[in-house]
Amino acid sequence: MKTKEEVGIKGYAGYVPRYRITPKEIGDVWGKDGESMGKGLRIESKSVPSPDEDVVTISTQSAKWAMQRADVDSQDIEAIYVGSESHPYAVKPTATIVAASLAASPDLTAADYEFACKAGTAAFQTCMGMVASGMIDNGIAIGADTSQGAPGDALEYSAAAGGAAYIIGSDDLLAKFRHTCSYTTDTPDFWRREGEKYPQHGGRFTGKPAYFKHVTNCTNKLLDETGREPEDYDYAVFHQPNGKFPMKAAKRMGFSKEQIEPGLLVPKIGNTYSGAVPLGLAATLDHAEPGDEILVTSYGSGAGSDSFDIEVTENIVKIDDENVPRIEEIIADNEFISYSVYAKYREKISEGGA
Amino acid sequence: MPIPRFWREIEQRYKGIGSRCKNCGEIYFPPRKVCPECRRESFQNMEEYELEGTGEVVTYTEIHEPHQEFEMLSPYILAIVEMDEGVRLTGHLVNVDYDEVESGMRVEASMRKLGEESPKGLIYYGYKFWPIDD
Repeated sequence: MKTKEEVGIKGYAGYVPRYRITPKEIGDVWGKDGESMGKGLRIESKSVPSPDEDVVTISTQSAKWAMQRADVDSQDIEAIYVGSESHPYAVKPTATIVAASLAASPDLTAADYEFACKAGTAAFQTCMGMVASGMIDNGIAIGADTSQGAPGDALEYSAAAGGAAYIIGSDDLLAKFRHTCSYTTDTPDFWRREGEKYPQHGGRFTGKPAYFKHVTNCTNKLLDETGREPEDYDYAVFHQPNGKFPMKAAKRMGFSKEQIEPGLLVPKIGNTYSGAVPLGLAATLDHAEPGDEILVTSYGSGAGSDSFDIEVTENIVKIDDENVPRIEEIIADNEFISYSVYAKYREKISEGGA
Repeated sequence: MPIPRFWREIEQRYKGIGSRCKNCGEIYFPPRKVCPECRRESFQNMEEYELEGTGEVVTYTEIHEPHQEFEMLSPYILAIVEMDEGVRLTGHLVNVDYDEVESGMRVEASMRKLGEESPKGLIYYGYKFWPIDD
């Protein structure tokens, strides 16, 4: 899919909650060797949201910073899409709360997206289409999650929280979207039924027929459609449910460790689901220079991938980091907590009488 | 909290919308319909004013015996913050340890979950404060 008009990123920012827990701390509770599980998953720690943080607060903070970077007036935002699988309400949009808090209401369209971990990049594509068709001048696409892992389940070692927001428009671009494509099938690798607190997954089935098939096919489709090779890109960002999968996928497709390293955040913060690729891209843009080319492929269980071919413009050097922190600064400000505090914060234990 | 009351206060809680007396320029938060200084002269002469969201800690304390609604956050820091516009607000301090806080510390408002009606009810969002560098 190629857009007729130029469309790209005017501003971006991310937010990751401050608390961290280690796989060892989780494993100790369940009689598992958490340390070696962490090594296997290539996760040193994962982020944990405070009880007063959720997808609304993560999205709002990211979008506020992204708007500061883009220097866009809130009244000029004409669309907000929030992608997540942990929207605080089952019915009542996150996007309306984010819009109100940004003072962008009421003259805009807004909606929530859900497509497991790729809801954020689905929001990218919607905003791209609306900008390129001339329907809107500026839209905000957000991917954020406070993901759930059942106590003792393998997901508990990785399910984390965070998100990033992108101001998408057609002028004053920090980076251009040159191409995008998607690859979508019906693959039941991971799901959460209505009313259920924790998701279910297919264990090893989440690998080859799910993550690897979609990420590889979508990326190769983008390379075919653009006539480019992996080595043409300065950076690549792949969905990162753990540290192992994106490294393996990258190697198999011919991308180097150096290309994916700046955007590989999962070892420090865990899997931020819909926030993972948007945060990985934000961390990569933090390192980028004019002319750099970035390939991005998300993955959402159920299943699908979205790929993007991005070129960084000369405007990237104008970014003033004075008021908006870089992703590595946000990640560096952390506090480690015990499993008992984590269990309380994630409402895995109920208080008496509650 | 009844739905209409929460809904009416969304502008204040999410964006820090107060009011400004067009007669004397004084800023109020929460917003006032009449300026207590100018009284009659300010009637129908007040305008909306959006606080910048930055200020400094005047005084603070750590709460160890929280209200039931904040039990999950205990202990937490409560502060009186003087906003750059001069108004003083009470709010939680987050993303900071108690021993790092000091009077005069620069802070910024950030949106957080303040509470909820019940597990089935409305979620109340609003401002809390965190430290900034400037």
